Amino acid sequence: MVNRKLVGAHYGLMDWLVQRITGVVMAAYTVVVAFALYTGAGSSYERWHGFMSAAPMRFISFLCIVSLCWHAWIGVRDTWMDYVQPAGIKLTLHVLTLLSVIGCGGWAVQILWKL
Amino acid sequence: MTKRILKFNIYRYDPDVDRKPYMQDIEVEVDATDRKLLDALVKLKAKDDSIAFRRSCREGVCGSDGMNINGTNGLACLADLSTFPDGKTIVLRPLPGLPVIRDLIVDMTQFFKQYHSIKPYLINNDPLPERERLQSPEEREELNGLYECILCACCSTACPTFWWNPDKFVGPAGLLAAYRFIADTRDQATNERLDNLEDPYRLFRCHTIMNCVEVCPKGLNPTKAIGKIKDMMVRRII
Ligand code: SF4
Ligand code: SF4
Ligand code: FES
Repeated sequence: MVNRKLVGAHYGLMDWLVQRITGVVMAAYTVVVAFALYTGAGSSYERWHGFMSAAPMRFISFLCIVSLCWHAWIGVRDTWMDYVQPAGIKLTLHVLTLLSVIGCGGWAVQILWKL
Repeated sequence: MTKRILKFNIYRYDPDVDRKPYMQDIEVEVDATDRKLLDALVKLKAKDDSIAFRRSCREGVCGSDGMNINGTNGLACLADLSTFPDGKTIVLRPLPGLPVIRDLIVDMTQFFKQYHSIKPYLINNDPLPERERLQSPEEREELNGLYECILCACCSTACPTFWWNPDKFVGPAGLLAAYRFIADTRDQATNERLDNLEDPYRLFRCHTIMNCVEVCPKGLNPTKAIGKIKDMMVRRII
């Protein structure tokens, strides 16, 4: 096959939107945690544990983990798309990225569940 | 401005003769009638006629003398000689990221391929009206800042994303042109045009670095046009 350039995978918009939305979620989460730390939620292990295991915190912490993973996946994949040309290496890197992101996400969820 | 000696450091490469590119130091005397960098280049060419560069209109209309001037892309015919400090060497290189044909002349094939890929013409299948397809002044207003592009390639060759993926990323000039037709109320192919760009490479490789805006000699804003295309894509799905 002559090395034809193939473009036209219709997922550009979704990924771009997702990256924006997950960014907002993480920013909001950072504000919440920063505020909690400012008001002393981190002053002792008990307080910190209580704060993090409250239902609303579990809810938004989980959202933040999902957002972080999704955001990281798109961001890192974008970097491969920019700089790596050979299709084989690119696919390998995509798969490795995806696997490590899923692994880290699962690990984070386990930590959260243990609380 | 009276007589003045200008020092140049110019990228030279003639693939028929040179094994690899080199930088040449050369001086030229200009006088009060020489106002733009292009005037100095024309004098330079009279001194050493082996130096190759493109130019035609000498007034920022044809877009043929785009080059990298002291590290920034621009048109030689619009670069004011008075803005170059006395005694400081002017470094000229070809537009980055495109294959060099010779000296300051680059091969624009890839650039125009991307431009053609967005179908840079009005698509309207209605029967031709007797005189012309009309627009209201407001509709016409939408095209300002879009139609003025002279395809000099200063923007696309300043765009890192275009350097890495010139065969897949349309580039700022092409995307500005794409939006020019998307924004045109007389055009009937908006959906197809958006479909054509909804791809992780063709449009979404743009990372809003805004190098393109910084260098455009016509003061156009491809980043804004790219943002508007994204905006329309979002509005289309919600
Ligand atoms: S947008 Fe500006 S820099 Fe880019 S090709 Fe058109 S005129 Fe040149
Ligand atoms: S804003 Fe987009 S098109 Fe312009 S230079 Fe940056 S990446 Fe390229
Ligand atoms: S010579 Fe035509 S744009 Fe400079």
